[in-house]
Amino acid sequence: MNAIELKNVSVVYGEGTPFKKIALNNINTCFPQGTVTGIIGHTGSGKSTLASLLNGLLKPTSGEVLLFDKSIWEKPKEMVQIRSQVGLVFQYPEYQLFDETVEADIAFGPRNLKLPQEEIDKRVKLAAEFCGITERDLKRSPFELSGGQKRRAAIAGVLAMQPKVLVLDEPAAGLDPKGREEILGGLIEYKNTYGATLIIISHSMEDVAKYADNILVMNNGEIYMQGAVEEIFLQAERLFDANLDVPQITKLFIELKKRGLCESSDIYTLGYAKKVIEKLLG
Amino acid sequence: MLKDVTFGQYFPGNSLLHKADARFKVLILIEYIVIVLLANSAYAVGLGLLLTAFLMVFSGVKIRLLLKSVKPLIFVLVFTCLINLFLTRGSGAPLVDWSFIKIYKEGVRNAIAMLIRLLSLVLGTSVLISFTTSPLELTDALESLLSPLKKIKVPVHEFAMMMSIALRFIPTLIEETNKIISAQKARCADFDSGNIFKKLKAMVPILIPLFVSAVRRAEELADAMECRCYHGGKGRTKLNVMHAKLRDYIFLLAVTAIIAGVVVLNRYDASFIKNLIKDLVF
Repeated sequence: MNAIELKNVSVVYGEGTPFKKIALNNINTCFPQGTVTGIIGHTGSGKSTLASLLNGLLKPTSGEVLLFDKSIWEKPKEMVQIRSQVGLVFQYPEYQLFDETVEADIAFGPRNLKLPQEEIDKRVKLAAEFCGITERDLKRSPFELSGGQKRRAAIAGVLAMQPKVLVLDEPAAGLDPKGREEILGGLIEYKNTYGATLIIISHSMEDVAKYADNILVMNNGEIYMQGAVEEIFLQAERLFDANLDVPQITKLFIELKKRGLCESSDIYTLGYAKKVIEKLLG
Repeated sequence: MLKDVTFGQYFPGNSLLHKADARFKVLILIEYIVIVLLANSAYAVGLGLLLTAFLMVFSGVKIRLLLKSVKPLIFVLVFTCLINLFLTRGSGAPLVDWSFIKIYKEGVRNAIAMLIRLLSLVLGTSVLISFTTSPLELTDALESLLSPLKKIKVPVHEFAMMMSIALRFIPTLIEETNKIISAQKARCADFDSGNIFKKLKAMVPILIPLFVSAVRRAEELADAMECRCYHGGKGRTKLNVMHAKLRDYIFLLAVTAIIAGVVVLNRYDASFIKNLIKDLVF
């Protein structure tokens, strides 16, 4: 079953003025339930516009956005319901923190859903766990935390609504490798626990290769490529044409293949690469 | 929501008004305001309108853009007109006398005069300063015009610097506000329902992050300025030194002459002009 499906979706900014800009052009795609999709693309390729379509922050100029086979714009008054099911984490979400304690800030989403207090407390605890926030940090002011901890608190604020679909715009940008791994690992854990669907926008091919099942490549407001991770990274040449990249380890194997040292170049994780190299070395 | 405001926006161009010295434009604006507020008789108002028309032509700004800048003020204009129309009590018999509504000749006169005054003020300020003077030129001009105050230890340069920084950050803060609103909406924040107090309370999650980021930006900017050895106005030279040209002096003199003209025309009504022309011709 598809968690989200986009049918002939276009977004045009400034229709009828000289500043008209087609941000998204006739997008058709779907995100199957329980999968992780990585969206990659150049700056200005329409990735972030796509993200804000998914929870109804932006209305498409034409076309339909379906959440579990129902159009999200059917009843605009019940958009809160849609937003509680599709969690959206923006780029640099740490700038949205505002409450006195981290705990209260994470509870903001569930509070807006008017859940009973016990349920809110339960969800805050769970969300904090997934994001690796300690009991002590929950009682502190969000403004006392370090950058990475703030990021976690902000992501926990969206997780606490327990969305069925989680869309994240560059969740790990600007973090050190350990921080990246912890945040992305926590998100995967959340996905596995609740059978949720993850959509991650990222510039890091390594992260996408490591965590995603499918990849959607955006270019100039259109879908340039889509498919399973191994299919996409096999077509390295096409990615290079769109000024995109493949993981570094894949690049290494492309070069090895050119020199006739190995047969395949569809290798994109370190673990698998290690095995292949060991096999080749005998 | 804050995208379509043209009032107070600079449009780069190469017209006579764009090229005029900003210091003179500030002085001329003051004279212009004096003219608009002083003009009382029909002829004087006519002279003021003529000046406004000339300024609009010299600015080279498209009439459509000018009308757009007036659009947000329509409510204020109509309201002032109606107040003047209905509440002015005249001496003669009312023009319209229907139950509690009484419209006098003086009321019509006042309403029209008020409309012309307000429109002239908005259009004149727009074409003289906001549309044709970049914020940088404007603050330089104010600094230069107010520089005599340095003698009595008024920190003129610092005020000008604060003003240009403030102007520079308006668009940035608008963008930031929109981002924060989207982020909080994604957490199911509700800004539209409830009474006034609820709506005010709903603003807290927007205002706090906005203040925090404004303070952060200020700190970063202060650091960046210090790194480039900024130390206040003393001994600081300018990249673009303002040079007054002959035409700027002529411009200023011409508008000063119009003030004199308005004073004269105010003094004498239509019959005096007719007699004057008669005297001159015959």
